[in-house]
Amino acid sequence: MQRYIYKNKNLITLISGILIGLAFISKFTTGNMNIFQWALIVASILGALPIALQAYQSLRVKVVSIDVLVTIAVLGAFLIQNYEESAIVTFLFLFGAYLEQRTLNQTRSAIKELVEMAPESALKLMENGEFEEVDIDDVDVGDILLVKTGAKVPVDGTVLSGEGYINEASITGESVPVEKTEGSKVYAGTILDNGTLRIVADRVGEDTTFGKIIELVEEAQDSKSEAERFIDRFAKYYTPAVLVIGFVTWLISRDIELAITILVLGCPGALVIGVPVSNVAGIGNGARNGVLLKGSEVINDFSKLDTIVFDKTGTLTMGNPSVAEKEYYGDNIDEALKYLASVESESDHPLAKAVLEEIGDIELLPVENTEVIKGGGIVANVKGHRIAVGNVHLMERENVELSEKAKKDIEGFEKNGNSLVLTAVDGELKILMGVRDQIRPGVKEDLERLRRLGVKNLVMLSGDNQGTVDLVSRELGLTEVHGNMLPEDKSEYIKKLKEKGQIVAFVGDGVNDSPSLALADIGIAMGGGTDVAIETSDVVLMNSDFSRLPHALGLVKATARNMKQNIFIAVGTVAVLLYSLLFSNWMNMSIGMLVHEGSILAVILNGMRLLSYRLRN
Amino acid sequence: MKSATIQLDTLTCPSCSQKIEGALKNLDGIDKDSIKVLFNSSKVKFNFDESKLSIDEIESEINMLGFDVLKSKVK
Repeated sequence: MQRYIYKNKNLITLISGILIGLAFISKFTTGNMNIFQWALIVASILGALPIALQAYQSLRVKVVSIDVLVTIAVLGAFLIQNYEESAIVTFLFLFGAYLEQRTLNQTRSAIKELVEMAPESALKLMENGEFEEVDIDDVDVGDILLVKTGAKVPVDGTVLSGEGYINEASITGESVPVEKTEGSKVYAGTILDNGTLRIVADRVGEDTTFGKIIELVEEAQDSKSEAERFIDRFAKYYTPAVLVIGFVTWLISRDIELAITILVLGCPGALVIGVPVSNVAGIGNGARNGVLLKGSEVINDFSKLDTIVFDKTGTLTMGNPSVAEKEYYGDNIDEALKYLASVESESDHPLAKAVLEEIGDIELLPVENTEVIKGGGIVANVKGHRIAVGNVHLMERENVELSEKAKKDIEGFEKNGNSLVLTAVDGELKILMGVRDQIRPGVKEDLERLRRLGVKNLVMLSGDNQGTVDLVSRELGLTEVHGNMLPEDKSEYIKKLKEKGQIVAFVGDGVNDSPSLALADIGIAMGGGTDVAIETSDVVLMNSDFSRLPHALGLVKATARNMKQNIFIAVGTVAVLLYSLLFSNWMNMSIGMLVHEGSILAVILNGMRLLSYRLRN
Repeated sequence: MKSATIQLDTLTCPSCSQKIEGALKNLDGIDKDSIKVLFNSSKVKFNFDESKLSIDEIESEINMLGFDVLKSKVK
């Protein structure tokens, strides 16, 4: 019986709505008050059934819920034979709950999409040697699985045989397919674009990287900030308090109408749901855009950010030096390039790598009598020519004459922050190359966006030497840079900033700077969803994509604003209702319920706006 | 002790979580401190002693409160 009523709550709502409609039609057309009364009585009883049941069940577990308030109010209305109010209030309450459920599902949709990306079944190698489709829960570590084209990888595992391209967007945010062959690691939730793989399960279910991401997001949307816990505690005593106030009012005034109106007006709906709704919509937007936010506490702190500290040069630069500028002198350059490539191909110096990448495929010649000059470069013989590859000191040592133009070029290259590679053939300068670590595309604009969002200081702490970091700083206009920093220096520095009262975010890859990530007010991990990063940080940028950072900051600011708006709506509604009850004569139970449900829908709709939030340029 | 995760139909009011938590706390065999009602993902997580009560009993208790159980997982 109980279950039947719960199951058909929507039907009950519909019938009671129709009955109320009928009642009023008959009143205004035929003036038949009999039908009017009876239709409303039936609507009241029908509508009150599920509410009263819920009220009873919650009292049984010692909770005074909103259902209890509404049930008593309806009983009171019945007692004074005001069937119009009892019918309308029950209907509005049920219909409101229905709308709330529908709209709440919307605010939660973004996170639901993420959860639904989790694999549900797998093709498992059974004892009879055949692959059979099994539920994902029946897969254990060590099982051998088959992944076919278009299917989701069901577990974190290692490829045993086969080849294919996998789209790892769900883990890394990177949609360019990655080639997988024997021995490659594959991740649950990623999709095999083409090929067939046989894999062995290393981690299953919630232990997989994807499982951890889902768990993190799910817990995050329900994690509560100090303010929310306060509201929860408040609500726990608030509802019983309303009940008591209603009762006392009745004792004093003997006015049932007034007492039950207070019960309905006192329902704390929008207040308790306002903040969680903003929270879930904000976190949902983040999840959809590759930004994992761990809960509403993080959102609050993050939105008040003063200072962002970057952990290394590589966050802002490409991380691998390349040839940025070059000049040729005299003729026979093609030959000179061959000599240069031949000499450099014997070296493992980072500059040599950049030079070879720049030259590309070229014929390599045998190199003889190679001599490495410390702090200078390399001198060697190729096809009887004396080849010197190195910096300006080496050229001086080799007595290479530098023309006025060459001197000017060298000066210019150095000013742009290049390391120089000069090539001389038989004492004559042929090639000048400038190698530098280039700023990642878009980083400059992103830093500008961060500043416009209110970040005061942009700081870089790097293990590189001061000269290198100064160059990056000059190009990007950072507030402060410090080179030659060890991990412990970095955490010490963050401690100092915090002592100065700043709210500090630390951006790192989570590999060797976990202390700093944990110490900062907000630890932001930029590391393709590695375990360490997910666990130690407060915010994870899924793809190591720097451009997500401004979006993340803009989003948390919008979310924090949204929460405040919702609290304002909720508190404002109760204030207006109480004021009208005391100082006006148009307030009654039905209007109270209407406004109450309206305010709940208002905060949900307001929260929903966050789902489509995008950073404006 | 086994740990269970129960997926419910959408929860709409935060007082629902209070009700569920209150009801589960009254059951003998459930680790009271482990009860976690996730309002937004509409899930309940807790540890319980299988020798004292079964997952079916817990589910029917939640059903009685007026919440539909969609799926439950014990391990």
